[in-house]
Amino acid sequence: MNMESFISSLQSLVGKQYVVLEKAALMLYEADGCVITPHMPDVVIIPETTEQIVAAVKLARAAGVPVIARGSGTGLSGGSTPINGGLVITTTRMTKILEVDTRNNRVRVQPGVINFELSQYLGAYGYYFAPDPSSQKACSIGGNIGMNSGGPHCVKYGVTASHIMGVQMVLEDGSVLWTGDGAPDSIGYDLTGITVGSAGSFGLVTEAWLRIMRLPESVRVVLALYPDIVSAAETVSAIIAGGLLPSALEMMDKLVIKAVNDAYKLGLPDSAYAALIIEVDGVDDGLDDLMAEVVALCRQKGALEVRPAKTPEEQTRVWAARKNAFGAMGRLARSYYLVDTVVPRTKLPFLLDQVVKISKKYDLPVANVFHAGDGNLHPLVLYDKTRGDEDHRAHMIAYEVMKLCVEQGGVISGEHGVGLEKKEYMPDLFTTDDLAAMAALHQSFNASGMFNPGKTFPTSQQPHDLVLHRRAAFGLPGGVPLRLSFAVDGEHEHTAGVAANSVIDKVVAAGGWV
Amino acid sequence: MSEIKLTDIPIIGFSGADVPDSGVINTCVHCGLCLPACPTYRITGSELSSPRGRIYLMKGVSEGRVSLDDGVFVDQMSQCLNCRACEAVCPSGVQYGGILEASRAQIQRIRDSGHEMTNLPPTTQVRTAIKTPIGERLIRRFVFGALFKNMGLFRAFSRGMKIYQKIGLQTFARKTGLIKLFGMAESEAMLPAISKQFTVPTGQVFAASAGIKATRRVALMPGCIMSTVFAHVHDATIRVLQKNGCDVVLPGGQGCCGALHTHGGDMDGGRELARKNIAAMEAAGLDNFEAIIINAAGCGSTLKEYAHMLRDDPAWHARAEKFVAKVRDIHEFLAAIVLNTADLKPLPLVVTYQEPCHMAHAQRITTQPRKLLKSIPLLKLIEMQESAMCCGSAGIYNLTEPEMAGQLGSRKVSNALATGASVIATGNPGCAMQLANELRKAGKHVQVKYVVELLDESYRGQTDA
Repeated sequence: MNMESFISSLQSLVGKQYVVLEKAALMLYEADGCVITPHMPDVVIIPETTEQIVAAVKLARAAGVPVIARGSGTGLSGGSTPINGGLVITTTRMTKILEVDTRNNRVRVQPGVINFELSQYLGAYGYYFAPDPSSQKACSIGGNIGMNSGGPHCVKYGVTASHIMGVQMVLEDGSVLWTGDGAPDSIGYDLTGITVGSAGSFGLVTEAWLRIMRLPESVRVVLALYPDIVSAAETVSAIIAGGLLPSALEMMDKLVIKAVNDAYKLGLPDSAYAALIIEVDGVDDGLDDLMAEVVALCRQKGALEVRPAKTPEEQTRVWAARKNAFGAMGRLARSYYLVDTVVPRTKLPFLLDQVVKISKKYDLPVANVFHAGDGNLHPLVLYDKTRGDEDHRAHMIAYEVMKLCVEQGGVISGEHGVGLEKKEYMPDLFTTDDLAAMAALHQSFNASGMFNPGKTFPTSQQPHDLVLHRRAAFGLPGGVPLRLSFAVDGEHEHTAGVAANSVIDKVVAAGGWV
Repeated sequence: MSEIKLTDIPIIGFSGADVPDSGVINTCVHCGLCLPACPTYRITGSELSSPRGRIYLMKGVSEGRVSLDDGVFVDQMSQCLNCRACEAVCPSGVQYGGILEASRAQIQRIRDSGHEMTNLPPTTQVRTAIKTPIGERLIRRFVFGALFKNMGLFRAFSRGMKIYQKIGLQTFARKTGLIKLFGMAESEAMLPAISKQFTVPTGQVFAASAGIKATRRVALMPGCIMSTVFAHVHDATIRVLQKNGCDVVLPGGQGCCGALHTHGGDMDGGRELARKNIAAMEAAGLDNFEAIIINAAGCGSTLKEYAHMLRDDPAWHARAEKFVAKVRDIHEFLAAIVLNTADLKPLPLVVTYQEPCHMAHAQRITTQPRKLLKSIPLLKLIEMQESAMCCGSAGIYNLTEPEMAGQLGSRKVSNALATGASVIATGNPGCAMQLANELRKAGKHVQVKYVVELLDESYRGQTDA
C-alpha cells in the first residue's frame, strides 16, 4: 500500500477533518511535554472508537507505518514523540466515561478521559481516582496507563499500576484483547501489570477498568518550614519509619518556595530553606491525633514553623502551588530540565546534599520540588539554552544525579517513564541480560516493531537484536551475540557512560530539552 | 530543530510594528496544562486548535519554520476565540492575548497589502476560504473603520436597525429566507431587540439616590453597543450605583473602547480610540473620580490594557497608566464597597451564572458577580457545568466562525438549561446576544439578564419581563 492510498483510507475511516496532514499542523505533534529531539509524524488521526483504531492499525501494518499513541501530550519523557515518523493516533476525542460501578469500586472509561475530570465526575458519587500527577488537570487516563504515572498521593495509594483492573488493547494484528475483566484478581498471567507502563509499545489501549476509591471523610494539610533541606529530608524518613503513612509528603526547597510565593502569594518566610507539605486523610476521628504526631516529629527534626491549612480553600491553594510549581519555575528561568529519579527514602538527605554539590560543580542553579515520601526526586535544573554551554552543563547535572541515584540503590525514573529521554541510561540500571528479557516480552507483543519504535531500549541495544542475543546465549539456532557499538574496553559501566555523554551531546545539538 | 523549514515556498516572517513578543512566546514550556481549558480544543480534540498548538505555530513563524501566510497559521489565528481561558490556567504565566492580537495584526497587514494567500488552505478541520470573506471585509472596513469610531454614526445606524425590527422587515426577511440569500443569516440572527432610548454621554450627572448620602463620585463609560442595544443596562447600572451612594457622571467626548479592533488585530484603530477615551476622562477631571465604571466584560478588559496598548507611545503611556488605575468592572466595584443590602427586596428567581471570558479569564473576576447575586434575598443561584467556558460569541467570532460559535453556543445553553434556571445572568453584550440567540434557536423561554439588572430589580422590588 502506498502512502497516498493509506492516507485516503484513513480519511474515509475517521473523516477528513480528523486526519492531520499539513506540514505546519504535523509540526504540532513533533513533541509532547518534553521537547527533546522533536520529530514530526507523517500523519495524525483523531479517532472516536475502538473499531476505528482497529482498522487504522490494520492499515498501518499493511503500509508498514509505525503507530504511536498519544493522549493529551503532557508526557515528560518524550514517550509519544514519533521519533521515526509514522502514524500518531491521538485519543483526545475518546473521552467517554462508559460505566460507573461504585458497588464494585470500579469505572470503565475511554483512554482520552482527563484524570482530573474523572475524579471530579466521581466526586458526585463520593469516589475518586487516586493517581494524581501534577499534570492531572490535562493528562489523560491513557497516558497515565502508558507511562505508569505517579503523583503526590501515590505514597499512600500506589502509582497507576495499582489502580488498573484491566485494559482493552488493540494488538498489532488488529485483534482486541482484554487483559482482565475488571475483577480485583485475574487468573493466569498478569497481562494488565505488564501493559501498564509499556508506553503503547505492546498495543493501543482503547478502554480500561479503573479502581476507584471512596473520598476520604476528612483531610488535614500542614506546611512545615525548615532552616535547611537536610533536616526536612530527615523528617520524611522519620515519618515513614514511624509508620505514620501520610496521604502525601512533598518537599520544596528555597528556590521553589520563592517561585510559588511569587506566583501564589503564600507568604512563606524568606528564612525557610525547605518546606514539607504533609497531608493525612481518613476517618475524621483520630486524624487530629495522627497529625499531632506528625507535627511533633517535624518539630523534633528542627522545623522552624508548622502551619496548618485550615480551610478547604487554603488546602487547595497549597496544593495548587505544589502542582503548578514546575510551571511557576518558568518565571525564574528561560529553560529548565526536570529530572525524575528515585532513591530509597533513607538516602534522601545524602542525595540532596550531593545535588547541591553537583549544582555548584556545573555552576547552574538546581531547584528541588518532589514526592519526598516516595523518595522520588525531581531536581529542576535552571538554565538558559541560548547562553554558552549551559545546555550541556544542565544535561551533565541530570546525568550525574541519575548515576548517583542508581549507585545509591535507586532507579532512573520515578513516574515520567523512560521514553526517549532516559533510554540511553537504561544500561546504567540493567544488564544486557535484563534488557534481553524485556526485549523478549516486547517482541512477543510487538514482533513487527510497529508500535512506538525507538523508545525505552538504548540505541545500541534494540529489542530485535537483544532477542537474537538471547537466542545465542541460550544456544538456540539463529542467535546473534550483541555487539555494543559504544564498547571501548568491554566494560559495561564504561560503555554506558560513553553512551550517555554521546546522547547528551546529541540532545544538546538538537536544541535540548524544554 | 528549529532551523528546519517545513516548506520550500518562501517564508514570510513577522515584521514591522506589533510583532508578537518572542519573550512571551518562549515563556511557554509546552506542558499542555492549558489544553482542557480551551473551548476549541474541547470541540475538535486537535492540537492545532489548542493554545499550546497556536503558540507553537507563532513560535514557528517567529523562528522561520512556518510562513505567516500558511493556511494552518492563518486559520488557527482566526479560529481562536481569544477568550484567554488558557491564560488563567497557565502555570508559566504566558500572556497569550497579546501575542494572538499581534499575530492577527501581522496577518491583517499582509492582507491589506494585497498579498495573495497562495499557500493552500488546510484540509484538516475543513475550511472554505483563506481569503477574508467579503462579509468580513465589509465588517472590517465599514464597521471598524467608521461606525465604531464615530458614535453619532453608530447611533444613527442602530436607530436604522431599530426601525428594521419595528416595521416588521426583520420578520419578513427571516421568514422569506431573503437573509440567507445574502449569506447574512448568522449575523442577522444575532441582532437583538434594541433599547428604546440610547445612552448618550454628554457630561450629565446622576446624583446619589434621595435619602442616601453621596460618598463617591464615579464616571461611567457607556461604550458603543452597550449604549444602544443595551442602554437599559446602563439605566440599571446608574440606579444601582445611585443606591450605593455614588454620583454618576457620563463624561462627553468618549466612544467605543476599541476592544473589537484590538481583538481583531486592528491595533492602530484600538489605540486611536484609547487616546480618545483617555482624553475625554481627563477633560472631565479624572482625578475627581473614585473609579471609571464599566459594565461590559470585554470593554473592561480592554480599558485595563490601555497602558499596554500605548506602551510605545511616550506621549500617552503615562496618561494611560493613570486612566487604567481607575478602571473598575461594575461587579469588582460593588463587591469591594459595603453594598447597600438594606434596600434589596426579595427576588424569588432561580438563576444560573454564565461567566464572560473577559471577566473570568482576562480580568480574573469570578467570585464578585456571584457574591452580588447571592446578596439578593430569595434569589437561588445554581451553578452550571463549564460556566467559565466560552459561549462562542467572542466579539465578531460568531460572524467569522459561525460553525464553531454555534457548537459552543448550544453546548453553553444546554449546560445552562440543565440547571433549571429561569434566568441566565451574565455581564457582557456578546454573551448576552449569543445566549439569547441560542435560546431562541432552542425554543426556550429563559431570560438572559445582566447581574446589575437583577440587582436593580431587587432594589426596585419588581421583576422585569
